[in-house]
Amino acid sequence: MNELAPLARASPVLATAPAAAAIQPPPAPGLRLPFRLAWRQLRHEPARLAAALSGVVFATLLIFMQIGFKNALFDSAVLVQNSLRADLFLMHRTTEALWRSASFPRARLAQALALPEVERVTPLYVANVPWRNPETGLNRTLLLFGVDPTARLLGFYGLDDAAWDAITRPDTILFDERGKPEFGPIRSLLAQGSFFGELNRKRVEVVGTFGLGATFSSESNAIASETTFWRIASGRNPAQVDVGAIMLKPGADVAATKRALQALLPDDVMVFTRAEIAQFERDYWAKVAPIGFIFGLGVAIGLVVGCVIVYQILFSDISRHLGEYATLKAMGYTNGYLARVVMSAALILAALGFIPGLVLSLGLYEIATAQIFIPLHMTIPRASFVFGLIFVMCVVSGLIAIRKLRDADPADMFR
Amino acid sequence: MNAVEIRGLSHRYGAGPTALTVLHDLDLTIPAGEVVLLTGPSGSGKTTLLTLIGALRAVQTGSCRVLGIELSNADERTRVALRRRIGFIFQHHNLLGFLSARENVAMALELDPDLDEAERLARAEAMLHAVGLADKVDAYPALLSGGQRQRVAIARALVHEPGLILADEPTAALDSKTGHETMALLQHLAKERGRTVFIVTHDPRIHDIADRIVAMEDGQLVQPATH
Ligand SMILES: Nc1ncnc2c1ncn2[C@@H]1O[C@H](COP(=O)(O)OP(=O)(O)OP(=O)(O)O)[C@@H](O)[C@H]1O
Ligand SMILES: [Mg+2]
Repeated sequence: MNELAPLARASPVLATAPAAAAIQPPPAPGLRLPFRLAWRQLRHEPARLAAALSGVVFATLLIFMQIGFKNALFDSAVLVQNSLRADLFLMHRTTEALWRSASFPRARLAQALALPEVERVTPLYVANVPWRNPETGLNRTLLLFGVDPTARLLGFYGLDDAAWDAITRPDTILFDERGKPEFGPIRSLLAQGSFFGELNRKRVEVVGTFGLGATFSSESNAIASETTFWRIASGRNPAQVDVGAIMLKPGADVAATKRALQALLPDDVMVFTRAEIAQFERDYWAKVAPIGFIFGLGVAIGLVVGCVIVYQILFSDISRHLGEYATLKAMGYTNGYLARVVMSAALILAALGFIPGLVLSLGLYEIATAQIFIPLHMTIPRASFVFGLIFVMCVVSGLIAIRKLRDADPADMFR
Repeated sequence: MNAVEIRGLSHRYGAGPTALTVLHDLDLTIPAGEVVLLTGPSGSGKTTLLTLIGALRAVQTGSCRVLGIELSNADERTRVALRRRIGFIFQHHNLLGFLSARENVAMALELDPDLDEAERLARAEAMLHAVGLADKVDAYPALLSGGQRQRVAIARALVHEPGLILADEPTAALDSKTGHETMALLQHLAKERGRTVFIVTHDPRIHDIADRIVAMEDGQLVQPATH
């Protein structure tokens, strides 16, 4: 009634007219009818609905695959860190990533032993060294880990007691059976027993395998005892280690011990928890590898394509039915009300397109995991995140399409 | 009580040197319950007048009071609210293709918060019976003839019991027999319910349904002929 107040004052006749009392501001319409109208309109033309949905399905699928592959790659980047069996880790202050670590004095590990919470310490050495393919004779660089076999620091697939025991003998190594095939047919060679190969021009005996696989930082991997490592990676100073692993006594407070170590040790080393050392590596690859950007671009392309398709459908639904929309406006439906119809259509498309997109993605994830050994895992946070993206995509399409509603002028309905 | 009271109404399209004044200082009164026809040559301003009465355009100069609401200086909310109390019939039926006849008619009731869904549909169905489409209640517009569609449109324009019904060339898309039948039906239903009807038409065959015929020429009403 507010907007009628000045009129009523200006015109005493109007104030007493029953018709004036009957007029009410437009009631705020609920969501139910716009939603139903949108659904009926979409359902009325199944072919167009299918076209719109295929756009949403495509976007959903593309985004799931991009995010899946991106995470798989980043997961592979921290496979090593995630399989380290220790509670705290030391790395040199200037180390950026494991494969290019700066070494620090082994004495830091001995210092760490001073804390009562520390049970044991063990070093990890890493070096990039060339392996000569026993078949082709071609050299290719792999990542060699040097560890104390009795420390059981690495938790890679296939590292059993027999394997660890085997490399206690000098000049023996374990070879990554999931590395790139360019390193040679390691598995079939081993099937006939241990064999000799050339690592950094030194003769070594391959006595077993483990499974790690190609990562960001290496195409294949090998494990040797500390002594073998020093011999192969000649020039490496045994007193300089790359990673220091610290195992705490049962029940020790990891965070408190970490703080105590930081206070105890000189500034040349950083102290990490298990989660932190993995995150540190992940951050490095996110920073240096353009991969994050490329996958982001893939997601953006999916969103843009989906947005354009949904927009096209919504827009043409409005422009082809401008007369009907204008008629509804003439009948007293507001712009906002009709906008709700369009937005409802957008949201219906988001929901209906996401579900088959999710199902198809699950199928492709299975295939990727089983057939090409890239482990893709659907998680509820990931599915929710992608639904959020698709939702926003459809909302944006709807908001752009809504502008067309302004062209539906009820005064134009009469000529 | 008058359904429409117009005093000194002028209307102009555009601005500056290209401005075109299409209504000149016009007076018109339509008492409630009257069926009035507006005729006149093309371009004389009939539709402009109709859209002003229908609150589809803002009033520029003069007074235009419709169903007791003064439209000069009325804001959009007032105009939208008034439009809900008017029934519109267009040259083209403009029914929603994805809704049945009954649902199309019920669209005129959807904005009434006092009615529930069942009541809306029941009223829509009763109105379709009244326009002789009892057997087409669930039909979609695509399956109806032109005359049947226009009757659905009439049902939609009447179902919410509007005080005023506005129609612009409602028979233009129909053959003359169907056109006359449809308008006779509209006149009958309006008279039965005491509704006011204002029809713009070129069609001389429907003159007999009018209580009064008004003619327009160059934006002015000329010697209102009594029927
Ligand atoms: N939106 C508009 N903008 C500018 N000029 C307009 C507009 N609508 C109508 N006119 C002009 O105003 C004049 C009156 O138009 P109007 O539509 O009211 O005439 P009419 O009597 O309904 O004609 P017809 O019988 O052909 O429908 C015409 O000269 C027309 O060109
Ligand atoms: Mg006209």
